[in-house]
Order: sequence, then structure tokens, then C-alpha cells
Amino acid sequence: MWHNAHKRSIPALAVLAVGTLALTSCGGDNGDTAEGDGEASGEELSITFLPKNLGNPYFETSNAGGQEAIEEFGGSYSEVGPQEATPDGQVEYINTAAQQGEDALVLSANDPSAICGALNEARDVDVAVVTFDSDTDVECRDLFVNQATAEGIASAQVALVTEQIGEEGEIAILSASANASNQNLWIELMEEELEADYPDIEVVDIVYGDDDDQRSFDQTAALLQTHSDLDAIVSPTTVGIAAAARYIADSNYAGEVAVTGLGTPNQMREYVEDGTVESFALWNPEDLGYLSAWAAHALASGEIEGNEGDTFEAGRLGEYTVGADGEIVLGDPFVFDSENIADFDF
Amino acid sequence: MSADTRTAPDRQSRTLQTARTLLASRETAIVIVIVVIIAVATAMNQSFLFSGQGWRDLLLTPSILMVMAVGSAVVIITRNVDLSVGSTLAITAYLTGRLFIDFPGIPILLVVFIGTLVGAVLGLINGALVAYGKVPALVVTLGTMYIYRGAVLTWAGSDRINASDMPRDFLHLGTMQILSIPLLTIVAVLVLVCAGYWLSSTRSGREMYAIGSEPEAAKLYGLPTTRRVITAFILGGALAGLAGVMYAARYGTISASAGMGWEFQAIGAAVIGGVAIFGGSGSVWGAAFGAILLLTINRTLPIIGIPDFWQRAVVGALIIGAIVLDRYLSARRHRQLQEARDQT
Repeated sequence: MWHNAHKRSIPALAVLAVGTLALTSCGGDNGDTAEGDGEASGEELSITFLPKNLGNPYFETSNAGGQEAIEEFGGSYSEVGPQEATPDGQVEYINTAAQQGEDALVLSANDPSAICGALNEARDVDVAVVTFDSDTDVECRDLFVNQATAEGIASAQVALVTEQIGEEGEIAILSASANASNQNLWIELMEEELEADYPDIEVVDIVYGDDDDQRSFDQTAALLQTHSDLDAIVSPTTVGIAAAARYIADSNYAGEVAVTGLGTPNQMREYVEDGTVESFALWNPEDLGYLSAWAAHALASGEIEGNEGDTFEAGRLGEYTVGADGEIVLGDPFVFDSENIADFDF
Repeated sequence: MSADTRTAPDRQSRTLQTARTLLASRETAIVIVIVVIIAVATAMNQSFLFSGQGWRDLLLTPSILMVMAVGSAVVIITRNVDLSVGSTLAITAYLTGRLFIDFPGIPILLVVFIGTLVGAVLGLINGALVAYGKVPALVVTLGTMYIYRGAVLTWAGSDRINASDMPRDFLHLGTMQILSIPLLTIVAVLVLVCAGYWLSSTRSGREMYAIGSEPEAAKLYGLPTTRRVITAFILGGALAGLAGVMYAARYGTISASAGMGWEFQAIGAAVIGGVAIFGGSGSVWGAAFGAILLLTINRTLPIIGIPDFWQRAVVGALIIGAIVLDRYLSARRHRQLQEARDQT
């Protein structure tokens, strides 16, 4: 157990929920909780943010976005959370939020079903529940703010790699484990898009670094050794991209082989600054928190009920529409490069 | 120990015998296998050996495991085993990163020293439990493997040390070369030469073999077995600690899962290199060559086009092959010794 839990970085874990959700086919009739109606409008909304754990830079960034939104629409913001990312640690904070009569709870779930009971009790006393980053089962929350779709992630990576190497060349993919369903789906979608739009780009190899630093590093070395004409390595996993960049940064391949994919700014800062990596993608957690707060606002003030097709304003991000199963998609992944990486710390 | 001490040869036949022993020794066999593998890989892909990068990777990749395998070999020679070295590596690797973050400007040499020292202390805990607690090393170190790993998991959590957290000078050490030889390789070879000399040519080193061959006899003979066993564990731990610092410099990213499974690679390297798992024979040279063989094979298989999944199987086959070979050789030697005794 323990040796799996910590291997994935938080964002990678978060993405896990995306794929799972797409497969969930529950009815949409469970999202209509109209408890927020009228009752809270006009007064200050109190909104609690409950991240997976405290002290996690990723959630600190998303909570900062949430706080920014709440200041914009005028509400009170609070942040609580367990020290460690465990479901039982979250339950007590959910109960407290319900007892204090918070208007909305915005959380990233540590388990899709273990906190369901507590969440539903909170919803029974008119707390609007919005999940972001990691979803719960559909019937335990009102809205889920999804950071990205598989299609969005795949085409963002295709866009990055074609931008960096042009429309022809050899690329290789350094993935997590061979049975990681998210990564496999993204790779499949990427291959489809490359085949359709960029027939001169060839995916020469797909290797697996098991989201282990050292193994990903060694796999990068093997890739470069095996394919002497390689133009780019695309790694749709935060561990892989950092390991590939680290290897290339100190090798003769620096400047010749491009590295891109999904990464976090803190892990990639060194390599963007030294020029090994031009740009990479991930969603912007700050925007994610910001949108989640606006979604909570819309729900708790009675502006929307959380039904499919409901639309609401989300401050600087513009208008959003609630999709099937109460899901709201943040948008295309955010591209980090040397211009903006200094603005992020997660 | 070795079978060649049963006669008292004159000078000429001694030279001959040394040559013969050298040819027949496990170390030589492994070196030949390594050379063959490198030749095959180079034939398939010139850059494996003849490009600057290929040359550097060839030497650099096994360096860290070599250091750990030397430590493991010393422990195994005393008829013990240390399963906690992978977790020790994780602790000192993470500690290295933390030291650079929490004490900006800390001298690199001091970090290397602290890492090694912490490794030695963790080894001392193992050694003390084994030597004073009279608990089998397998059990003790299996326990500390989980405890040490748990400690680093609690300490690091989902946090990781990133390359940008550590000074460039330190990271540069991980790849820097002196006359085309990577610094980490030089460190590994220095460790190897010192440990090799100590084991083969000093009194306390030879006593390690005596203890591993027959612990009871060694004790009756009056050898300080407790102290020697603890020394072996401290050395194994210190080398794992040093390996942790090297890991941080080489890989630049450290999470709590660093070095997971390395204890088995280190033991595997020692066994492949001819260190008998029941102690008393083998050399750190063999263990170091075993480490080179393991990792060079790992790098070669993708070039030859063998899928990822088979790479682990090959490692397993090597270990089993090495043990079968050991059994065969020791049975033959036993027979030869018996014949020699019968003749006299």
C-alpha cells in the first residue's frame, strides 16, 4: 500500500479522477439540490476550502485562487485540512463545516466514496458541496470542477511538441507505468491526433519509467542511446518529464532533443531556466481554485442549481456551463515557459 | 576460503598458479561477460562505447550501485545480510536535499560527511540488534527496512526535492568528469580499492571471512565476532549513506521512494559476483563487477530490442545462474579436496 500511495505526485493523482469520472454513468437527477435558494443571497457567503492536505504547495496555490475569487464577490474565506492526505482526516472537517453552517464547502477528495456519508450529511443541512481536482462519487456532491479533459491534455501536448520540433521528426514517449489508464488514454489520443494532422511525426518508442525518478532517468538514457535521430521526448507524467529533463540537461543532447509534457513548475524550474526545456503544460491550480470558488458562489447564492446546462459567471475567467453529472471543465491546460514560470510555486 | 592454499608451492609454480587462479576466478569470468556485452552492444550501436555520452553513461550508471554492493558484500561475507540499505539510501538522499534547503550555503563536503555518518548510525542500529540481540540479520534488517522507509515517508510525505532546490555545484558533481572519467565512478573505485585491500590484506579483514565461514569456530578461536559484525553493518550503512548523497547529485530529484528495491539489486550484484550468500567467501571486486554487469545488461537490452518486461527476468536468471554455478563449483572443490586428502 504505502509504496504506491506516495509514488505519484499530487497532480498525477488528481488526474486519476478525470478518467474515472468519464466512465461514471450515473443519472443526473442527483445534482439538483436547491437548498441554497434565496436563503443565502444578499448576505456574505462563508466558504470553506478543504484541500487533500495542508502544506501542499499545489493546494496552497489553488486555495489562493479561491481566496481571490471570494474577495471579488465578497464572502468570507476559510481554509482547513488534515496534515496528511487521508479520507478519515477530511471527515472531521466536513462535519465541522456542517455544524458551523457554512454556505459552501470546496474540497479535493482523498477518497471518492469514504467521505460520502459526511458530505451528504452536510448537504442535508444546506451546505453546497463543490469538489475540485479529485472528485467524489457523483451522488455525494453538487458540482465537480474538472481541471482538464483527456482530449485537452492530449492536444496540448501535441501542440507543444509540434511547436518545438516543427511538423516532422521522431519523438518518443516516456510514460508512467504500462498499466496507467490515464497516461495510456492520453497517449492513444495523441497518436491519433499526430497521425491525422502531422503524418511526418513518427512515434518511435513508448517506454515506461513507472513514475520512479531513477527508472525514468535510465529509460531516458536508453531512449537516446537507441534512437540516435530522436527530436523530442514527450512525458505525460510529472516524474518522467523531470527525469528526462535532468538527464538531457547534463548530456550532449542538450539543445538537440526537446523535452515536453506534463510537469509542475517547481520540478521543472531548473530545466526551463537553463534552457533544456522550452515549455510544458499542466492546468493552473490557481485558476482551478478560483473557478471552484465562483462555482460554489453560484450554487450557494441560488444563481444555479447545478443542473446540466446551467451557466454562471466566474469573474476574470468568463462564463462557464455545467456539463453532464454536474461537471465543469476548467479549460485547456496551461502552458508554462520561461516567461511565466517564476509566477508559480507548486 | 580458497582452495589454493592446500599446497606450499615454490616460486615458479606459485606464479603459474596465480595466473591460473586469476583466469578461473569468478571475477575474471564476470569481466569477460561484461566485455562481451559491451562488444555486442557497441556492434549494434556504435555510440554505446564510442560517443562521449555513451562512454560516460557506461561508467556513471553502475557507480552508485557499486558502492552499495561493496557494502553488501562485506556484510554478506560475515554470514549476515542487510536489507535496509535501500531505505538508508532514501533517508540520506532526502537528508542531502533538506540540508541544502534548510542550511543554504552549507559546504558540500560537510553534506557528504553527514550523509555517510547518518548511514553509519543506521547501520550501527542494525549491527547492534544483530550482534547483541542475537536476532537473525534477515529479520532485523527486514524490520529496519520498513522502519527506515516509514521514517522517510513520514518525513518527506508527498514532498520531493527538486533539482532547483540544490546548488548547481553539487548537481554538477553528479555528472562531472575528470579526464573523461566521471567523478562518481572515481569515488566508487576508491571505495572498492580500499575495501578490497582491507578485506584481503589486513588482519581484521581476514577475520571477516573467518567469522562468515564458521561463526562458532571463530568465536571459540577468540575472534571479536561481535565487534567485527557490527563493523560490517556500520560499513554497509555508511556506504549506503554515501550512495544516497551520490544519488541526490546524480538524479537531482528525490522522493520518499528513492532507492526502493536497491537492497535487492545490491545483494543480487554481490551474489552474481561470487559472494556466497552463506558467507565466508567472495570479494568486493566480484560484487562491484556484479553491479556493473547488472546495470550494463539493463542498458543493453533496450538497444538490442528486448522489451522492458524481460529485463527483470534476465536479472533473475543471472542470480539463479550464479547460485547454481556456486553450488556446482563448491561441490567440485569439495570432491577435489577429498581426493587430495585421500591421496596423502
